[in-house]
Order: sequence, then structure tokens, then C-alpha cells
Amino acid sequence: MKKYIKDLIVKEVEFPHELYVLLKLTDKEPLPDTRPGQFVEVKVEGSPKTFLRRPISINYVDREKNELWLLIKKVGEGTHRLAELKVNDRLNVVFPLGNGFSPVQKKGEKVLLVGGGVGMAPLLDYGKYLKDNGAEPVFLLGARSKSDLLEQDLFAAIAPVHVTTEDGSEGERGFVTQHSLLNKESFDRISVCGPKPMMVSVARYAKKANTPCEVSLENMMACGLGACLCCVEKTVKGNVCVCKEGPVFDMNDLTWEI
Amino acid sequence: MKNPVMTASGTFGYGVEFADFVNLEDIGGIIVKGTTLHAREGNDYPRMVETASGMLNCVGLQNKGVDYFCQHIYPEIKDIKTNMIVNVSGSSLEDYAECAARVNELENIPAIELNISCPNVKQGGMAFGVTTEGASAVVKAVREVYKKTLIVKLSPNVTSIADIALAVQDAGADAVSLINTLMGMVIDIEKRKPVLSIATGGMSGPAVKPVAVRCVWQVAKAVNIPVVGLGGIMNAQDAIEFFLAGASAIEIGTANFIDPAVTVKVAEGIGEWLDQHGCASVGEIVGQLNA
Ligand SMILES: Cc1cc2nc3c(=O)[nH]c(=O)nc-3n(C[C@H](O)[C@H](O)[C@H](O)COP(=O)(O)OP(=O)(O)OC[C@H]3O[C@@H](n4cnc5c(N)ncnc54)[C@H](O)[C@@H]3O)c2cc1C
Ligand SMILES: Cc1cc2nc3c(=O)[nH]c(=O)nc-3n(C[C@H](O)[C@H](O)[C@H](O)COP(=O)(O)O)c2cc1C
Ligand code: FES
Repeated sequence: MKKYIKDLIVKEVEFPHELYVLLKLTDKEPLPDTRPGQFVEVKVEGSPKTFLRRPISINYVDREKNELWLLIKKVGEGTHRLAELKVNDRLNVVFPLGNGFSPVQKKGEKVLLVGGGVGMAPLLDYGKYLKDNGAEPVFLLGARSKSDLLEQDLFAAIAPVHVTTEDGSEGERGFVTQHSLLNKESFDRISVCGPKPMMVSVARYAKKANTPCEVSLENMMACGLGACLCCVEKTVKGNVCVCKEGPVFDMNDLTWEI
Repeated sequence: MKNPVMTASGTFGYGVEFADFVNLEDIGGIIVKGTTLHAREGNDYPRMVETASGMLNCVGLQNKGVDYFCQHIYPEIKDIKTNMIVNVSGSSLEDYAECAARVNELENIPAIELNISCPNVKQGGMAFGVTTEGASAVVKAVREVYKKTLIVKLSPNVTSIADIALAVQDAGADAVSLINTLMGMVIDIEKRKPVLSIATGGMSGPAVKPVAVRCVWQVAKAVNIPVVGLGGIMNAQDAIEFFLAGASAIEIGTANFIDPAVTVKVAEGIGEWLDQHGCASVGEIVGQLNA
């Protein structure tokens, strides 16, 4: 898949929550092909502390409006700067990077999409893709609290949404792996993106339920292109680049203790 | 060489990773990832941490070994029409020599860059690069078996880099390149632990540029073989500094992570600067500092 470096135009900036910003980016030309689960490397301008690019998942691509969305959680200097972007500003991005989630395997397959925190971001694009291509996605989203659940209306427009919050302010109380859905239904496969402890526990559930499971990793990256070997994860095939061979891996290829 | 801009080993993969962003043949030379006689898994993650205007890495020379390179990677890159240079590393004299000998057989590899300065591997690597005896021994061993252009990459983690450069020149090097990364360390104060898996790492990026310019200046005054300058070059102005300090070519490393097309931009920028200053070639400014 050809990669590009582009100055995308900030078309809309939304603040779904004080800790998050949703950037809707566009370009004069049609945006290049991307796959759900791929990511972009953004350059943060005017922040000497933010030297390297920042990897951010593709949250959604709206082909009709020619928009690419990034849902960003403000954690440090770089992401705070990104939240200061204004409409019509330019954002330099290198994309699309990484492998992305698995394509549809068979018509009607039931795919459980588990997202935790900002890890929900790429599942919106993936859910839409699955739905459009004859699969049956089901969302299971976990957050600390009701206000951390983002883009809920958009998820709900695609497929059924199940929710857990740690404080019980929305959906079932607890962690995603405690949701009653998992005792009631079975799935053809699972895709998960979120904090590592959550992904490990989902992978454990998947292993017990004998369900294939892929996880999306967020290792620290420098080049994003498979050139520097900084972002490696230990796999059954040795150290591999998360930015190029990943970020999505079959849980059985990883060396996690599950 | 088409232009004096090359890519620094370990920051540009095998070149092909950047083919969507630059015409690889517009780059003066591509120095590929460090290659060793035997395959190496490298160090554990985390291998990278960002610092003010730079970064530290402790990749640890992860590569599949020279035979894999010759059989699988060389065929993919041998027809790229620029100087494809292999960066050779090792942990014993025999390893260095054997690895270099195998690369010597590859027709379209006109030169090697001998890495005697990697701070991220326990044995060898930098150990050879920090004493005049070690540096001399490894260059002699490789010179015996390697018949093409031999560039030796020097470590800044030494008391007198000019002395090492002289030893390397006397041992038969055709050119020297400098600097490799500066040894550094970053601590996570909450965990009270080093951030990198092996505690220390090599620092690169604009933060190291003044150190690199100083090293090039000292070495260029001492030796009479060509000097290749690198360390923190982000743009053409940075490159010009290295030429004035005495380098006749430069390499770009970390900057490729920020702008994957930076190499050709720097090459163009150098040309423009030379035009504006009425110079016909880089040669006219090499070492031309006003006293
Ligand atoms: C493939 C991938 C997809 C991602 N998708 C999203 C997303 O859709 N939305 C989102 O909000 N965040 C996402 N992240 C995480 C995001 O990259 C980091 O939160 C961001 O880089 C932090 O930058 P900062 O300057 O604000 O924070 P800093 O103060 O620099 O660091 C805060 C923390 O962020 C993480 N981080 C910092 N730099 C990097 C880096 N270069 N690579 C990876 N992690 C880093 C580290 O855990 C660090 O401790 C993704 C990361 C990866 C690798
Ligand atoms: C991620 C990374 C990997 C590197 N790997 C190698 C290597 O394999 N061999 C080598 O000689 N130098 C290696 N280096 C050092 C660079 O080639 C270069 O000497 C150094 O980064 C300084 O230049 P810069 O500031 O332009 O990056 C590496 C540097 C980085 C950042
Ligand atoms: S970030 Fe450079 S190889 Fe993955």
C-alpha cells in the first residue's frame, strides 16, 4: 500500500470530552486508500519537546466527505498541542502505516470488537468496514466512566453496543471481560484495542473460548516505517516491528502469558 | 557521488522503506542497517526514548546476519542506482573480517562502513572504537580482506577522537565517518528505573550536533583522508556547518524519522546555498573556516 506524506487541512475540531479532541482532516485531492486499524504519524509543530512524530490510529474515514478522523487523548505535550489546532490549520501526516485489522473472512461472521479508553478509536472504522462487507460486528466498549465513552451514537449506528464502566455510571459495572454478553453469546473472532492489561484479559477469555483473537499494540515508535527497529514486540518469530508487521497481531503470535 | 548526502545506518532501513517518499537514486549514498556475521535479535523493548531535541536508542544491531543479507536483501537493493553501502559490525576481529569478506563479494556494493562505535552491544562494537590499539587492529584485519572503499565510523565517546582517526588512517582506512551516537541515559523518576531496557542508549538528533561538528573539526585537521560528517543534521544549513568544519560528505539519520523526504531536500538546499554563495562545488567550502 503506497504511503504518503501530506499536509492535511483541519476541517473540524470537536471536543467530545475535556480530555479528548476529534480532528476531522481533509485534503484537496481524494484521500488515499487506508485500511481499518492502520495509523498515521503526525508532526507536532511549535513544540520543541515533541521531537518525534506521534502515532495516532485512523478513527474513521468518510469517503463522501473526504475526511479522515483522528480521536486523540491528551496525555502529554504533543497531544495537548494537537488539541490546540484550529480549523484550516495544516497537519503534516505520514500515512497509511501498519497492517490494520483482518479483512472479512466469511459472510455473516460475528466479530466482537472490544475497545478500552481511546483504544475504541480504530474500532469505529473497522466496525463500519465489517458491516459494509457482510460481517456482523458487535461492539464491547469499556471506560472508566460514562463521560469517557466517546462517539457512542456513531458506534450504535453501525452495530449493537455493549458497555462497561468501572464506576457503573453507564452499562454494566466492571471491566469488559466481566460483561454478561461474554457468557451469553459466542463469536467467530475477536479484535481488541486498548490498554495492555485489558488486551491480555480479553486474549485470555478468547483462548478459553477457543476464539481467534487479534490485538492492536501501541509500542513507542520513532520512524513508523519499519526502518529503525525501535518499536519491536517479541513474537514467536522473534522481534518484529509493530509499526510495519503490526500494530495488529494474532494473539498466538505474541509471547504474552495468557 | 551525485551529491554529498548519504543516509546514516540504522535510520533508513535498506532504503526501500522510504521509496514512497523519495527517489532513492537522488540520494548520494545509502548506508544500510548494521550487519553482523551472525543474526542478532537485538535488545529488549523499550529501545527508544525521546529527549529534548533528540532521542536515545538501544536497538542493539538487530539483523538477520550477513548471509541472509547477501541472499535475500542484496537482490532487492542491488539495482538501486546510487552508492549502496553496508554498515558492518562485529564482536571479534574474526567476525568483522569474515563479515566484510562476504560483503566484498557483492558486486554492487562499492564500500562498507565499519562500525567500531556502537554503544548498544555488550561485547565488541564500541570496545574496538575507544582505543587506538583496538581501532587499528580491527581496521587492519578488515583491510586485508576488503578490497573496495573502507569507511570507518568513529565513536564520540572517547577522550581524543583525532587520535583514533589517525590510528584508523594508518591502518588503511579510506575515509572516516563520525559521529556515531553519544552514550546517554534517561530515568523514569516514578519507577526509579532507567527507561531503556539496557539502561543506556545512544543519543542522536539535533541535540548532539555541536558535539559532532567539534569532532569533525578536530578529526579533519588531523587526518588527510576524507571525513564524512554526521550527527543531528536536519537541514542544509546544518550540513554546511559540517562542510566548513572539514567534512566532504554528510549523513542524515534521525531527521529521516521526522521527515522521510529530508535527504533530497537537504541535497537541494546545499546546491542552492552553494549557488547563492558563488561556489561551484562542495569542495570549495570543505574546511574553509575563517581563522
Ligand atoms: C499504533 C498506535 C496508535 C495510536 N493511536 C492512538 C489514538 O488513536 N489516539 C490516541 O490518543 N493515542 C494513540 N496512540 C498513543 C499516542 O501515540 C500517544 O499517546 C502520544 O504519542 C503521546 O504523545 P504526547 O507528546 O502527548 O505524550 P508524551 O508526554 O510524549 O508521552 C506520554 C505517553 O505517551 C506514549 N507515547 C509518547 N510518545 C510515543 C510514541 N512516539 N509512540 C508511541 N507512544 C508514545 C508513552 O506511553 C508516554 O509515556 C497510539 C499509539 C500507537 C503506537
Ligand atoms: C534507531 C537508530 C539505529 C542506529 N543503528 C545504527 C547501526 O546499526 N550502525 C551504525 O553505525 N549506526 C547506527 N545508528 C547511529 C546513526 O547512524 C548515526 O550515527 C547517529 O544517529 C547520529 O546521526 P543523527 O543525529 O543524524 O541521527 C543508529 C541510530 C539510530 C537513531
Ligand atoms: S518505529 Fe521505526 S521500525 Fe517501527
